[in-house]
Amino acid sequence: MSEQYSALKVALVGNPNSGKSTLFNALTGLNQKTGNFPGVTVDKKVGITRITGKTGRIGWASIVDLPGTYSLQPKSADEEVTCEVLQDTSNPDYPELIVVVVDATNLKRNLFLVTQLIELERPVIVALNMIDLAGTTANIENVKLLSERLGVPVVPVSARNQLGITDLKQLLASPVMPSLKKFTEPNVNQAIENIERYNAISVLVNDIVSKQAQHESVTFTQRLDKILTHRIWGFAIFLVVLFFIFQSIFYIAAFPMKWIEQLFIQFSVWGNMHLPKGELSELLVNGILAGLSGVVVFIPQIALLFGFIAILEDTGYMARVSFIMDKLMRKFGLNGRSVIPLMSGVACAVPAIMGARTIGNWKERLVTIMITPLMSCSARLPVYTLLISLIFPPAKHIGFFNVAGLMLMFLYLIGFVAALTVALIMKYIIRSREKSYFIMELPVYRSPRWTNVLYTIYEKVKVFLFDAGKVIVAISVILWVLSSHGPAGKFAEIEKKHEQEADSKQIVASEKLQASYAGILGKTIEPVIKPLGFDWKIGIALITSFAAREVFVGTMATIYSAGNADNTQSIREKMMTEKNPVTGEPVYSKAVGFSLMIFFAFAMQCMSTLAIVKRETKSWKWPVVQFLYMGVLAYGASFVVYHLFR
Amino acid sequence: MRHTLASMKPGESAVIDSFTDHEMSLKLIEMGCTPGELIKVNNIAPMGDPIAISVSGYLLSLRINEAATVLVRPVPLT
Repeated sequence: MSEQYSALKVALVGNPNSGKSTLFNALTGLNQKTGNFPGVTVDKKVGITRITGKTGRIGWASIVDLPGTYSLQPKSADEEVTCEVLQDTSNPDYPELIVVVVDATNLKRNLFLVTQLIELERPVIVALNMIDLAGTTANIENVKLLSERLGVPVVPVSARNQLGITDLKQLLASPVMPSLKKFTEPNVNQAIENIERYNAISVLVNDIVSKQAQHESVTFTQRLDKILTHRIWGFAIFLVVLFFIFQSIFYIAAFPMKWIEQLFIQFSVWGNMHLPKGELSELLVNGILAGLSGVVVFIPQIALLFGFIAILEDTGYMARVSFIMDKLMRKFGLNGRSVIPLMSGVACAVPAIMGARTIGNWKERLVTIMITPLMSCSARLPVYTLLISLIFPPAKHIGFFNVAGLMLMFLYLIGFVAALTVALIMKYIIRSREKSYFIMELPVYRSPRWTNVLYTIYEKVKVFLFDAGKVIVAISVILWVLSSHGPAGKFAEIEKKHEQEADSKQIVASEKLQASYAGILGKTIEPVIKPLGFDWKIGIALITSFAAREVFVGTMATIYSAGNADNTQSIREKMMTEKNPVTGEPVYSKAVGFSLMIFFAFAMQCMSTLAIVKRETKSWKWPVVQFLYMGVLAYGASFVVYHLFR
Repeated sequence: MRHTLASMKPGESAVIDSFTDHEMSLKLIEMGCTPGELIKVNNIAPMGDPIAISVSGYLLSLRINEAATVLVRPVPLT
């Protein structure tokens, strides 16, 4: 049916903060996909919507959400993409129709872009958004006047309140003639041309824009800003917000995380009981299922953190965070906007690094990308939790504070400190002559649009699941294969050796592990990691977790349960009773525990992150640099810590 | 020595006169900071940089070194 009518190609353009995303979501719903513009790291969102024309004919419109821009004179990669799509007829996304979203409370500045678009002599529709806030500007008479003077249809809408959407869709289905109006003479001196354009716009909107000095939403925003960007209170409030977010994530996420764990345990028990005994079932339950559980269990934390960040962005508070933090960040060669990837990195570095795209300056963006993995991500948390519980009894307190809790906070803090330190070093090493801009609009405060927030969470979780998750599951399977297979005949030999013994299950399992490929690998690297206090079993776990950190805990479980056939004693208890065969002392002493924690805090142990860094920096050079510098940092710090506490 | 946006204090208003940096001026003009436009400094970030100003009916933030390229003159008394 729809093959008869090919979808109408529409481009959605507009200023940042004009409500473009909200309108895009209102038009396309869940029928949207996020991808990349070819050759550049710029997000490309495409969606489909049904349109019904006046004659009743039903068709489809394919809408490309172009990056927000203030003008067609590109000053960043984002704006270049927008210009190219709109002006290059051979571009695959070259639209048949342009819809420009205009913030009615900011008419003059928005018209700067609108008039440029009209001068492209292509069909243009103006979606006059935020009419609920615009007062008299959005009256029927004024809308008509505006439409006449611009020479294009103007549709009043309120994307948040779903007003005017049907009118807009109807307009999409009807033929739209390009306006032939010109607003300024081309001038070699762009500054003069731009000033003339603004003069023309002022005349155009003179009697349309309401006479009141500024909107009440602006006044309210200014008042709130006095507190939120205050010299002292501004910072204090930001710290409180951060504290609240992180506490909520740990406490609230704990519940769904437990359910997910229980769910996977049930699957595993069911699998062991009902699936036929054999290689394939083992692979399914202990390899794939175990790997999957390690990925899915993080979704609550990641969804929550990105949810909070999306809420802060949507309300306009994030812009204030960049505002407050810019000076401090610049001391470290970063940008005020670097705060967002750094905060996001506490959930997962993969979507966090993609978030660095909002930073225009190449060097600032590169440094942000290079240091983000030092922020302790969700995957490190199970490792920290396991190791902390090995060393500190959970109830131990120093005065008011829980020691285990303090230790955890310290680990997060040290990641942050390391990130800033490395940034500082890179500031002086990496040369760049590019100018750094901060000029940024501070949007008015508004209540968050919950559907926007939900879409954002959905997108980020998808990135985590499919980009990071794929790698993690693959690695888990490989690990399982390596630890349950060994050189030909060895396993049979071991079983034969203990055939006559009474209670030989544990010894057999343990020796099998030592003889397996995983065990061989562990023994091979033991000399290298001995100075850090690690033995070959830890060695195996380090190897596997170089692909993905959380695999460490699963590996430990495998090592100790693969080495013990009953699986009943918990990993922690087994680790605590593990004694060094040579010295007779516990393997997991304070020194080893600290050393291991610091190693995990600093080492680059995530293939998914390296892959994303390569994609965002368009070269293998930077992920390699990142892997090496973090490796050196981890080894050095680990060494020092181990010997300090021995 | 002419008065620039960078030297204005919170609460002060002025009219934009001209720019000292061509490239920076393009970005500022695009954002509505045109000669003759009235601007007012609203507040300053905790460490003194960047600053937030009202211009053309909305709020714009910019660094001190960016503000220093904007020459201003007093608001005419009407």
